[in-house]
Amino acid sequence: MKVLVPVKRVVDFNVKVRVKSDGTGVELANVKMSMNPFDEIAVEEALRLKEAGKATEVVVVSIGPAQASETIRTGLAMGADRGILVKAEGNVEPLAVAKILKAVADAEKPGLIILGKQAIDDDSNQTGQMLAALLGWSQATFASKLEVEGSDFKVTREVDGGLQTVKLKGPAIVTTDLRLNEPRYASLPNIMKAKKKPIDDKNASDYGIDLTPHLEVLKTAEPPGRKGGVKVKDVAELVSKLKTEAGVL
Amino acid sequence: MTTLLIAEHDNASIKDATNKTLTAAAALGADVHVLVAGENAKAAADAAAKLAGVKKVLLADNAAYAHDLAEPLAALIVSLAPGYDAFVAPATSRFKNVMPRVAALLDVMQVSEIIKVVSPDTFERPIYAGNAIQTVKSKDAKKVITVRTSTFAAAGEGGSAPIENAAAAADPGLSSFLGEEVAKSDRPELTSAKIIVSGGRAMQSRENFAKYIEPLADKLGAGVGASRAAVDAGYAPNDWQVGQTGKVVAPELYVAIGISGAIQHLAGMKDSKVIVAINKDEDAPIFQVADYGLVADLYQAVPELTDALGKLGK
Ligand SMILES: Cc1cc2nc3c(=O)[nH]c(=O)nc-3n(C[C@H](O)[C@H](O)[C@H](O)COP(=O)(O)OP(=O)(O)OC[C@H]3O[C@@H](n4cnc5c(N)ncnc54)[C@H](O)[C@@H]3O)c2cc1C
Ligand SMILES: Cc1cc2nc3c(=O)[nH]c(=O)nc-3n(C[C@H](O)[C@H](O)[C@H](O)COP(=O)(O)OP(=O)(O)OC[C@H]3O[C@@H](n4cnc5c(N)ncnc54)[C@H](O)[C@@H]3O)c2cc1C
Repeated sequence: MKVLVPVKRVVDFNVKVRVKSDGTGVELANVKMSMNPFDEIAVEEALRLKEAGKATEVVVVSIGPAQASETIRTGLAMGADRGILVKAEGNVEPLAVAKILKAVADAEKPGLIILGKQAIDDDSNQTGQMLAALLGWSQATFASKLEVEGSDFKVTREVDGGLQTVKLKGPAIVTTDLRLNEPRYASLPNIMKAKKKPIDDKNASDYGIDLTPHLEVLKTAEPPGRKGGVKVKDVAELVSKLKTEAGVL
Repeated sequence: MTTLLIAEHDNASIKDATNKTLTAAAALGADVHVLVAGENAKAAADAAAKLAGVKKVLLADNAAYAHDLAEPLAALIVSLAPGYDAFVAPATSRFKNVMPRVAALLDVMQVSEIIKVVSPDTFERPIYAGNAIQTVKSKDAKKVITVRTSTFAAAGEGGSAPIENAAAAADPGLSSFLGEEVAKSDRPELTSAKIIVSGGRAMQSRENFAKYIEPLADKLGAGVGASRAAVDAGYAPNDWQVGQTGKVVAPELYVAIGISGAIQHLAGMKDSKVIVAINKDEDAPIFQVADYGLVADLYQAVPELTDALGKLGK
């Protein structure tokens, strides 16, 4: 079974982004970019399936600017076999990403596609579900455990009330939650090896998919600020402030 | 123009998330119908019919909708699509799972987790863990929207809408339900609690959560939350996680205990009305958003606080 893992290049999770003063977006110049953390978890899970003899090949794919190849290299350094870069400039919405991924899946015929549950930049939490819809495949989002059963899958999902376990008919889409695994760091020898692994260069236009956004971003603004308040000296003062000043007790 | 609100419910009753989403749905300006999909869900449909402003309730009562499986529920919503211009649901795990599937089947872009309806086609939504607010205009003829419920007031009762049965859609048969582990608790649910007490990595163990956090929560009638670090370490169950990738809450009072205040945690609670932080590090970032900060060892301060509230008759 081949496993396809879409990986997205995003602003590193440690960066506190700033809104541009003209309201056209957030400041992305000279900001550290990394692989979306949920996608690292997705790559890790695919690699574990391969190491357990359940998967034969792990292919990472990214849609984005030329620099997204760095994100693919990160996946290759972790241990993925090869990469596919689909170049697309500007704002590519989850629906368009899902359409491109469908075209890639039609060509690659994976038995499983593992995505992150959300990208930490746009926080859309859509792409995996949309891809499942377009392919007509089963889906399990927010996975905290994944088991292969022949060509099917057993997945435990993190849901609002606790955990849910479902069985998916393969081929299937799984999206990762934080507790699925702890991703490995790439070792130096593997980083060197990754430089020789193949990355297939494509363009979004190769797939004949219309990338015109359905959502028009009118503006991007700073959220209303919140100022720190006061420090209280002890529990007694805290209780009295909560009671008389804040009125929440 | 009609809007279909897909209800969050437990077959017996309507969840508070539905009341809040109704406020957002009504702001679109069209008539609102409510879809209740479940198994033996008549009681939930009755409750939905009483919500103020609802014009009609559709009840899809079928075993296929018993377990929140995305594929049959998406098929049902898509089968109803010709009659509606907008599909609105709360951003709970159930609908985060199903609505993008609906959107893709309708070839439209979902607008995720809106916090404000600016006009029927324009919405505000947070991006980058709430560090920026985007105003987006949807050019799609049909809108698929999920709602961040913490920012909308709950609609009340006062309606008496008719209930119609909706036929089940063909089940694609792609997945099946095997089981669930749902924590039973008498405490309020995080997303509707008026007060939340949360513990972080500093709690050190599940036992300490039970010994320090839970008694304080119970004194306050509060829900219990946790940071990701506490959940990852196994001190608290996953459904307690507050943050960018957990639950987003905005209670009247949020008490953060032994939580440093990482961006990802703040994203889930910084819209709370009053924030209290107890942390032994006076430079912890949580103090930058806390209305009342107490620099103290939690293992002393929390039992003291629990006691003091007891004396107040709490
Ligand atoms: C320079 C730049 C500028 C941008 N400006 C804007 C803007 O102004 N407005 C705006 O709305 N968006 C903007 N985007 C983001 C772009 O539109 C997003 O890729 C798209 O919205 C997907 O949303 P998401 O990542 O939140 O999807 P989610 O559904 O949250 O992503 C879930 C998962 O899908 C997969 N995935 C998502 N995207 C990709 C991808 N490109 N390649 C491979 N796998 C992927 C990953 O596995 C990811 O974990 C910008 C991106 C860049 C790089
Ligand atoms: C992709 C991604 C998603 C994430 N999503 C979330 C999310 O949804 N929610 C979330 O919470 N985090 C999330 N995180 C993690 C986040 O970055 C932080 O790591 C996490 O919030 C830290 O938890 P903490 O504050 O409990 O632990 P720490 O940062 O370790 O803080 C512990 C605090 O306890 C204090 N302390 C220690 N002992 C005592 C004592 N005896 N008395 C009083 N104070 C004490 C310390 O001073 C310290 O400030 C995410 C991270 C990533 C990369």
